[in-house]
Amino acid sequence: MLKTRWAKALAFAACLAPIFLLAWRAYTQHLTANPIEFITRFTGTWTLRFVVFTLAVTPLRKLLGMPDLIRFRRMIGLFAFFYGTLHLITYIWLDKFFDTGEIWRDVLKRPFITAGFTAFVLMLPLAATSTAGWIRRMGGKRWQLLHRLVYVTGIAGVIHYYWLVKSDIREPAFYGALVGVLLLYRAAVAIRNRKPKPAVKRAAATS
Amino acid sequence: MLIKKPADLRYSEITPKALYLNRRNFLAGVPAAFLGARELMSPSARALAGTKFPNVQKSKYTVGDEKINSYQEVTTYNNFYEFGTDKSQPAETAKNFKTSPWSVSVEGACAKPRKFTMDEILALAPLEERIYRHRCVEAWSIVVPWVGYSLSVLLNQVQPTSKANYVAFETYYDVKQMPLGPRGGLPFPYVEGLRMDEAMHPLALLSVGMFGESLPPQDGAPVRMVLPWKYGFKSIKSLVKIKLVSSMPTATWNAANPSEYGFYSNVNPKVDHPRWSQSSERRLGEFRKRPTLMFNGYGDQVASLYNGMDLKKNY
Ligand code: HEM
Repeated sequence: MLKTRWAKALAFAACLAPIFLLAWRAYTQHLTANPIEFITRFTGTWTLRFVVFTLAVTPLRKLLGMPDLIRFRRMIGLFAFFYGTLHLITYIWLDKFFDTGEIWRDVLKRPFITAGFTAFVLMLPLAATSTAGWIRRMGGKRWQLLHRLVYVTGIAGVIHYYWLVKSDIREPAFYGALVGVLLLYRAAVAIRNRKPKPAVKRAAATS
Repeated sequence: MLIKKPADLRYSEITPKALYLNRRNFLAGVPAAFLGARELMSPSARALAGTKFPNVQKSKYTVGDEKINSYQEVTTYNNFYEFGTDKSQPAETAKNFKTSPWSVSVEGACAKPRKFTMDEILALAPLEERIYRHRCVEAWSIVVPWVGYSLSVLLNQVQPTSKANYVAFETYYDVKQMPLGPRGGLPFPYVEGLRMDEAMHPLALLSVGMFGESLPPQDGAPVRMVLPWKYGFKSIKSLVKIKLVSSMPTATWNAANPSEYGFYSNVNPKVDHPRWSQSSERRLGEFRKRPTLMFNGYGDQVASLYNGMDLKKNY
């Protein structure tokens, strides 16, 4: 079922749903009394959600016994980048109105912006090398190493969120817990795989 | 020939803000027999139900040259953490907040401490309409036509003694009515404070209404403070207690995070909040940001209160 062309088209449409939701809210005047703040937060939240979805693919493949989920990982990751780009454009255009001086001061001076900026910049090389061609060119091992940067994006995204709330930390704590569990899962797998097992050579435990 | 059908126009395109306001006045005038039907309307329409004050006077403390924000904007975008931390929440969750009977206790360092019922508060002085700029610490701002009179009127009633150096304020708190309160990450009841000379300044407004009628719950019904030269969180809502004290009282945000929110919290474009610049602000309804004014534009009136003080240290 996951293998069909339709599954991919459906997943693509589902990933676009937030944009349609935003457009609908704009059309029906439900962007609150401060639309720019609403759009900034909406796109920021969805960026973080898609980073979490991306990180969830590998564990879910194992847990659900659905290895074919891998077919969606690149698309989900690129959507994280897509929403991140919208988030950044909202900030640069609607919020700061291309005031580059002010933007750089923000990036350097305000820790929460520094964290968000880090999270975004680290997504750039991942988006750029997301094609099969790049996996071939770089070699699977090195490609995989590079793409572990998404862990840092997840952590920096959570810190960005945690630092921007005023007193109610429930939402950033929730995303922090999700990212934490997904990274701990990987740490646990890595530790288990490292244990020397001389008898059985667990060669090429492909992932 | 191309004829644009009226149906192609959206309502918002043909209803300028001023008309929203008239529509609201119209609603307020709907006879009582209609009240039942009003219950069926959307929550935002229900929140429009306020009691109109009959004799509101003009005030010299009004800013003349600014466009007033719409009732819709002022009543659907509220920081009132007892009713939830999302700004769109209080309009919903405070809907059934019980504001009657209500009284405010004025106590502490004074000769005649006592409680004032809401009726007494409404009768203490002629109600004035004061159109003030309101600047939130989060770098957005609005212009609101408040109704009320100077806090000094109320304080003079109890005859403060020479020990009254500061005034401590307290917001009503009841978890049963404010079930979202404990989730906001702030200790409640919400408290705030002013120096005595700040509290006695004529601009310090004890407000009982806005847009000519009584306050809706999400904006701090039935009685609140409005301090236009300070960041919004200083203007405490749903006031139940005022205490005259000798030393600097606790203020909720200041206590929660002293490096970010000072006791004075005067609007100051030169002192940034660590997480955002205070040099400019977004007036709700405007696209581009506008520069923030020292003391929110009230420097002529209040700057002398802070003569000789380092406002970078006493932020
Ligand atoms: C250059 C990069 C970035 C900049 C300049 C930036 C800036 C901002 C700003 C100004 C806000 C609104 C703060 C407020 O309303 O108080 C925000 C919110 C947010 N951003 Fe970013 N951001 C960036 C990258 C990211 C990335 C990469 C992620 C996710 C991984 C992210 C996730 C969020 C989240 C979750 C919120 C809060 C949403 C909410 O309040 O519901 N941001 N960001």
